[in-house]
Amino acid sequence: MDNQFQFDWQAAYNSVPFLLKGLPYTLMISFGGLIVGFLLGILFGLLSLNKKWYLRWPATAYIEIFRGTPILVQVLFIFYGLPDLIGAPIDPVTAAIIAIAVNSGAYISEVVRGGVQSIAKGQQEAGVSLGLTKVQTFWYITWPQAFRRMIPPLGNQAIVSIKDTSLFSVIGVGELVRQGQVYIANTFTAFEVYFAVALIYLAITLSLSILLRIYEHRSQSAA
Amino acid sequence: MSYIVNMQKLNKHFGQLHVLKDIDLQVTQGEVLVIIGASGSGKSTLIRCINGLEDFDAGQLEVDSFKLEPKGKSQQSLNSIRKEVGMVFQQFNLFPHLTVQRNIMLAPLKVRNKSTQDAAKLADKLLARVGIANQAHKHPEQLSGGQQQRVAIARALAMEPRLMLFDEPTSALDPEMVGEVLDVMRGLAKEGMTMLVVTHEMGFAREVADRVIYIHEGCIVEQGTPEEIFDNAQNERTQAFLSRVLSN
Repeated sequence: MDNQFQFDWQAAYNSVPFLLKGLPYTLMISFGGLIVGFLLGILFGLLSLNKKWYLRWPATAYIEIFRGTPILVQVLFIFYGLPDLIGAPIDPVTAAIIAIAVNSGAYISEVVRGGVQSIAKGQQEAGVSLGLTKVQTFWYITWPQAFRRMIPPLGNQAIVSIKDTSLFSVIGVGELVRQGQVYIANTFTAFEVYFAVALIYLAITLSLSILLRIYEHRSQSAA
Repeated sequence: MSYIVNMQKLNKHFGQLHVLKDIDLQVTQGEVLVIIGASGSGKSTLIRCINGLEDFDAGQLEVDSFKLEPKGKSQQSLNSIRKEVGMVFQQFNLFPHLTVQRNIMLAPLKVRNKSTQDAAKLADKLLARVGIANQAHKHPEQLSGGQQQRVAIARALAMEPRLMLFDEPTSALDPEMVGEVLDVMRGLAKEGMTMLVVTHEMGFAREVADRVIYIHEGCIVEQGTPEEIFDNAQNERTQAFLSRVLSN
């Protein structure tokens, strides 16, 4: 068999400008979704810690449903299923942002819950003993300490969600992978182009990792 | 006669365990009360009921003329009580994310609505009083255990409490640091602070207490002046407990 494959650096290099047209979508969906997901995570994470069952149960249900089903199914449901319900189409980018938001929100809820629970009970007791209200105690004592512990798992979730956006090529969002597929359809250089796509993801996630390390280091030396 | 703490027939259970049994306890302003007893006798639970860190099942409790209801059904008076009652914990429970000075300033700022400047001044004054004026801008973890506990005392004093609760304040300390914390407490007692102290430091109890209470299995078995308890205990349980702790 004559399989003399040669990696064509030029082909990989040439594909980059076309691929980078997908970058704004990848970034917008990642960060838009993560910001909403962070807010959802705080909301449902705190609700899941509430003593009142009628607040805790819905939060737990949300977390279990969106953590327990594949994000691919979630986005297909949002993009193809939800329009039937609301009677109007949803554009692919919006569907993608919603999918990242509700999916990362479920994981971040668990990060928030774990972070808050990890703070020793004595901290809260010291706060209320000083006459602070429960809300003040949470805001000035528990939350700042919990948030510091949440940074590494939050960074982890951000990286996972950024990579998850690659799935949204299936609903036609022109993000990095979709751009790659379109480019390959014309050039038949799959190896080189997916290699370039992978490198672009790596560049994003590594930058984020480094930023997080710096932030962690700073907040530790500030302590 | 009005009492700062008035407890009548207080009862509390932890599940099956009856930890406080019909406790009657009255504390007058300026009194230094030391509570002694074996581990698990209920002495910590008793003082934790006074500022509502534990609720109780039955009985009556009035603190600084605010009435607490059983089962924690009195959030309003609880907040009022906690502003007037300081607490010092075995594990210090300082806030690790704040500097020593900020630890002390937090409650004056947020509860008493003092200005940052006034709160800082107050913190510095209290740090000087507990003998660690030069540590204001360090974080708690940079301090020794004894220093941390003195900061915790200063933090409680910043609210100008009418009553101070001490829950085994020296039990988590290395032996060489016990003295510095007891010195601060001695000073407070001299200045007339009303204090309820749960401790195993019998020397301190004998020297500083106006009244010593011995608790055994959730009951007040015996109480009296330090001389009455330490030199002339009437109850054989008290005698047995004292002979055990004093022989060590």
